[in-house]
Amino acid sequence: MTMLEIKDLHASAEGMEILKGVDLSINPGEVHAIMGPNGSGKSTLAQVLAGNEVYEVTDGQILYKGQDLLEMAPEERAREGVFMAFQYPVEIPGVSNVYFLKAALNAIRTHRDLDEMDAMDFLTYVREKMKLVKMDEALLNRPVNEGFSGGEKKRNEIFHMAVLDPVLAVLDETDSGLDIDALKVVADGVNTLRNDERAFLVITHYQRLLNYIVPDFVHVLVDGKIVRSGDKELALELEEKGYAWLEREVGASEPVGV
Amino acid sequence: MTMTLTETGVDRYVVEFDHFLRDLAVAGPERIEKLRHTAFERFVELGFPTVRDEQWRFTNVAPIARAELRLDSTPAEVTDKDLAPFDYEGCAQLVVVNGQFVPERSRLEGLPEGVVACGLADALERHPEQIESHLARYARVEEQAFVALNTAFLRDGVFLYVPRNVVVEKPVNIVMVGRPEDRPIGFFPRNLFVAEESSQVTLVEQYVTVGEGSYLCSPVTEVVTGDNAVIDHYKLQRETSEAFHTATFQIQLGRDSNFSSHSISWGGAIVRNDVNAVLEGEGAEATLNGLYMVEGTQLVDNHMRVDHVAPHCDSHELYKGILEGSARAVFSGLIHVHPGAQKTDAKQTNRNLLMSPDALCNSHPQLEIFADDVKCTHGSTVGQLDDTAVFYLRSRGIGEDAARSLLTYAFASDIVDRIKVGSVKRDLEEFLFRRLPKGDIVRQAV
Repeated sequence: MTMLEIKDLHASAEGMEILKGVDLSINPGEVHAIMGPNGSGKSTLAQVLAGNEVYEVTDGQILYKGQDLLEMAPEERAREGVFMAFQYPVEIPGVSNVYFLKAALNAIRTHRDLDEMDAMDFLTYVREKMKLVKMDEALLNRPVNEGFSGGEKKRNEIFHMAVLDPVLAVLDETDSGLDIDALKVVADGVNTLRNDERAFLVITHYQRLLNYIVPDFVHVLVDGKIVRSGDKELALELEEKGYAWLEREVGASEPVGV
Repeated sequence: MTMTLTETGVDRYVVEFDHFLRDLAVAGPERIEKLRHTAFERFVELGFPTVRDEQWRFTNVAPIARAELRLDSTPAEVTDKDLAPFDYEGCAQLVVVNGQFVPERSRLEGLPEGVVACGLADALERHPEQIESHLARYARVEEQAFVALNTAFLRDGVFLYVPRNVVVEKPVNIVMVGRPEDRPIGFFPRNLFVAEESSQVTLVEQYVTVGEGSYLCSPVTEVVTGDNAVIDHYKLQRETSEAFHTATFQIQLGRDSNFSSHSISWGGAIVRNDVNAVLEGEGAEATLNGLYMVEGTQLVDNHMRVDHVAPHCDSHELYKGILEGSARAVFSGLIHVHPGAQKTDAKQTNRNLLMSPDALCNSHPQLEIFADDVKCTHGSTVGQLDDTAVFYLRSRGIGEDAARSLLTYAFASDIVDRIKVGSVKRDLEEFLFRRLPKGDIVRQAV
């Protein structure tokens, strides 16, 4: 069964249309990459999937595991297994990273009729996940993202993802601004979590990430529409030619959105 | 004159003042005896402040002026059980009920030799010489109606004296109890804390209510931080939402002294804190922080004035507020740098979080600088929770209420984290967990 089915999705922010009819199907176990120039609507697609109310869906439909995703609150989506790694993770002073994750995981577990994890079990579980993203234990006990470097914040997002064990993981430009070591950590995290049940939607501006996370499908988003889909070769072609040839080909107007 | 009296609700205090003087057991030194009279005259001249008064523009005390407060209330009983929620383990304890010190409920063993901790009335009788050089010498009777009123009705409260070079390890927990009666009452605790040269002490003042009902608690506290002395002070204003609270906190800082205070307010109907710090010795440092969280129709007003008199002094002020319902908050902060107070480093910040469209905040930081080589900054913000942050937490599976509560807690956390007395910190945290929706999730996550 298809995990995610996006049909003719239109979305706008502050009255300006950014997504202008996106169609996309994702099956369990698949890794899809979405590439595109600045302002093409990549991040908007991620935000709409996670339920950011800043964006208004004006037309179209998203089915997730057969359910109407757009009807669900952001926390319901998370509890049903949707995870988005933020491009700009938020700092939350006074709230410890590890206890926050415990609260989040238990909210998800309660929703799935599982027992809440106690402190001991949780710590064992978390230590396991930490190894995956080579997280420094010190970052566990610090407030969420507070005073983290850019790389630490992105790594922390992957760590959250590992702990929350999503069904569909959306990575919103998680690679942007990372040095090669941090990039490898992010990619390793994703690759370790790849399995037959889980799907990934990796949004990136740069082809480089896709050397480390090899996608099953690559889609190019231009001016709010997917203008081309292919396999990983498409990413290499884009690397060589840039986005301009596709933009010319589809006769895109001025770039829009954020 | 008669017109003025009626208008300002002062007339009935004349009768109350006569009764008060008649019943006064210990008058104290002659200066104090005279001072009560001059202070009362001054109060009659000033009357209760009105919103026409610049310093009271946003805080209407008409409900206090109108309340037919009885000032001659009989000493009220409180039990250990009543006090249990405010009893801090490992602390010395002084209990004051309706303005009168209650030795039976106080616990003073284990304080170092030479430390005096007692009721002010006792001190007037037994330690007049230690009192005389400081009592009623700092708080501004001339300008402040509530200081004048408190001084006129000066009778009892807490006196704490720490001699030179003495370090008091145990925090001193002062529990100021309001015990409402069948009619609204008013009382005026008068406190004097003196830390002599190179001494050190930690003080907690809790303003609490046992029972239900309306009253006015109007304390004046004078603090003398001697040269090189260190005082760490906490105030918890946790009275019933029917209480009126108008407090003046006057701090003198000597050379190289360090005074730090955290003032937490969540109780009361109308709460006004006048905090005045005078840095009069070179190298002194004052930290004046606060947190207020009010709801319903509560009003909390923090009026700060920091006088930099001597050079090389630092002052830091950080006040944060969380306003729900139709609550109102006022913050007024004046930093006054006197001529000659070079190398002053003064910082003042007031941040407010509005949780409801009906909440209102008036924030006025002010600088008056009469020296040329100083560093002074001030800033104030009034805002709401960041939607992106709320969304970030929800995207991890946290429900909306819990997400908002977590961020509210996060907003308060830098004040919470600075509290060094475990019991005070725990009480504040518990209050936040109780007050914030889905507080159990916040409790889990911090």
